[in-house]
Amino acid sequence: MYSVEQLKYISTDIRKKIIEIAHSAKGGHIGGSLSSVDILVALYFNIMKHDPSDPSRLDRDRFIMSKGHSVEGLYCVLAKAGYFPEAMLSEYGKFNTIFYGHPTLKVPGVEMPTGSLGHGLSIAVGMALGAKRDKATNRIFVLMGDGEQAEGSIWEAAMAASHYKLDNLVAIIDNNNLQISGHIDSVMRLSSLRQKYEAFGWNVVEIDGHDFHQLTEALNTTPWKAGMPNLIIAHTIKGRGVSFMENSASWHHKVLTEEDFERAMDELNHSEKEAI
Amino acid sequence: MTPSKISCRQSFSRALCNIAQKNKNIYVITSDSKGSATLENFEKAYPDQFVEVGIAEQDAIGIGAGLAKTGKRVFVCGPASFYSSRCLDQVKVDVAYAHSDVKIIGISGGVSYGALGSTHHSLHDIAVMRTLPGLAIYLPCDNYQTTAITELLANYSGPAYMRMGRNPVADVYTEASGVVFMPGKANKLHEGNDCTIIAAGEMVQPSLGAAMLLEKEGIRVRVLDFWSIKPLDADAIVSAARETGLIITVEEHSIFGGLGAAVSEVVVQTVPVPMKILGLPDEWAPSGSSRELFEYYGFTAEKISDQIRSLMKCKQRK
Repeated sequence: MYSVEQLKYISTDIRKKIIEIAHSAKGGHIGGSLSSVDILVALYFNIMKHDPSDPSRLDRDRFIMSKGHSVEGLYCVLAKAGYFPEAMLSEYGKFNTIFYGHPTLKVPGVEMPTGSLGHGLSIAVGMALGAKRDKATNRIFVLMGDGEQAEGSIWEAAMAASHYKLDNLVAIIDNNNLQISGHIDSVMRLSSLRQKYEAFGWNVVEIDGHDFHQLTEALNTTPWKAGMPNLIIAHTIKGRGVSFMENSASWHHKVLTEEDFERAMDELNHSEKEAI
Repeated sequence: MTPSKISCRQSFSRALCNIAQKNKNIYVITSDSKGSATLENFEKAYPDQFVEVGIAEQDAIGIGAGLAKTGKRVFVCGPASFYSSRCLDQVKVDVAYAHSDVKIIGISGGVSYGALGSTHHSLHDIAVMRTLPGLAIYLPCDNYQTTAITELLANYSGPAYMRMGRNPVADVYTEASGVVFMPGKANKLHEGNDCTIIAAGEMVQPSLGAAMLLEKEGIRVRVLDFWSIKPLDADAIVSAARETGLIITVEEHSIFGGLGAAVSEVVVQTVPVPMKILGLPDEWAPSGSSRELFEYYGFTAEKISDQIRSLMKCKQRK
C-alpha cells in the first residue's frame, strides 16, 4: 500500500511520461490522459488485486478503459506497474509497434481493445456477471468519459448491471466537463449524472478525482450497498498538472510544440520536486 | 425429399442443450429472443448458463464478450437482421478485433420472416460479416448440418457467425451419411462437369433439385454446399472453374457482397470463367411468405434449372 505522498509522486512521474510520449509521437489525447491519471494510479498501485508478472491469472481484478483514447495514461501506468519495460514506451506512435493510439490486446495488461466509445460498460457487465456466476470475489473496474455518456449503449448496460445486482462492478466517470467540441453541456446536456444512474438502480458517490484520500476511500469500500452496482463520479480537470492545458478543450487532441513541451516539463519537474 | 418436422433453429437449440449439459462454460445470451431462437428449454434446464439482456443487441454482444473473457463460450442468439447491423460496431470490436470466444447465432436469416418485411430480413449480413478479420461464417442447410456445426462451434475457441432460417427444411444430409464438416471445406453433393452450382443455407436444397432435373436431360451439374463461407474453400472454386467452365452461385442474400461475390473474387483472380450470381436484387422485397419470395425471385429447383439451361446454351455457342 502506497502513501498518498508516494501516489502523488508516481502520478507526477507518469504525467511527465505522458507528455514525453505524446511529444515524441506528435499526437495523442493529452487532456483526457491527464484528467484520468490519478484514478489509474490509485487503481493500479493501491486498489486492484493484479499481478503484472501474470496478467491472465484468474482471480485478478479487471480494468476496462472504456474511454480508450486516453491511452497514453494507460500505457504509462501499465509500464510503471511492471507489465512491460518503461523503455518500450518510446515505441508509441511508431510504425508497426504494439502501441496503437487506442488500447489493443497486444499490450500486456490490456483486458479489451477499446476506442469506439460506449462499449466498456457492457463488457464490464459481462465480466462482473461471469464473476458472480463463478462465485468469484474479484472486482471489475471500468473508466468512462463524461462525453461518452451520450452513447445509448451505456444505458443498456447500466440497466443490466442493476438488473443482475452486480455489486462487484465499479464504474468511474472521469467528469472533466470537456469533450473534443467544447463544454459537455453545450454539446449534449448531461444534467445530473447522479440522478440518471440512481434512477437506473446504481449507488453513486461523487469525489474529487485528483484527491488520493477520496479515491482510496471510495474505491476501497465497495460494494457500498449489497446488490447494487457502484458508480464514482470523479470530478476532474482536463489537462490537470500543466497550467496551460487545464480546462482547455483544445488539449483534447492537440499536438505539442517544442515550446509547449519545454513549458509542460518544467512545470511537472517543479511539481515533482515539491512532491519529494 | 420430405421436409423435416423441425427447423434448423430447433436443431441448434437441441444440440446446444445436449452440449451444455456436459460443458458448464457454454453460455447463451438472448435479447428477448429466446422464443425466436427456441431456447426456452435451455433456460429452464440451465438457468445459470443463460442470460437475458432485454431488447438491447449492443449490450448483448458487449456482455457476451465480457463473459467470454471470464472463460465462458458464449452463444449470443437472436434475429440475424439485428445482430448484423444494430450492433455491428460491437461485433467488429468486442468480438472480432478482440478475438472473443463469442458465437453470434443469427436466427431467421435471409427472408425467413417473410411478410414481416425488410426491417426483419437479413440480406446484408454475409457481406458485412465477411469483412471482419477472424470471424468465421457458417450457413447450415438442414438439421443434420445445423447439429454438426453447433457441435463444431462448441469445440472451437474464437469468434463465429452462424446464420440459419426460421422454417422447417427438407433434409439434404442424413444421419447415415456420416458426413463430417471441416471449416473451409465445401461439400460436394452432386458430381458433374458441365457446370457448377455453389450454394449455401436453404438454397442448397433447390440447387440440388435443379441438378436432379437437369440430369434427366443429360446435363451433369456439380453441386457444392458452401456452408463455410469464411474460411472459404478456394480450391473447390478453382477446380470447379477449371473442370466445369461455368459457375452459378445461389444465395438467400443480396447479390452484392455475399457468396456470389466471395466466389467471384476467387474466380477472377485464378481461373476466370463465366459466372451467374443468383440472389436478391438491389431492391426492397415485396410482401409475402419466404416460400412466396423464393418463388418470386426464382429460388426453386425449376427456376434455377431454367437459368442453367440458358447459360449452357451460351456456353455451347462459344
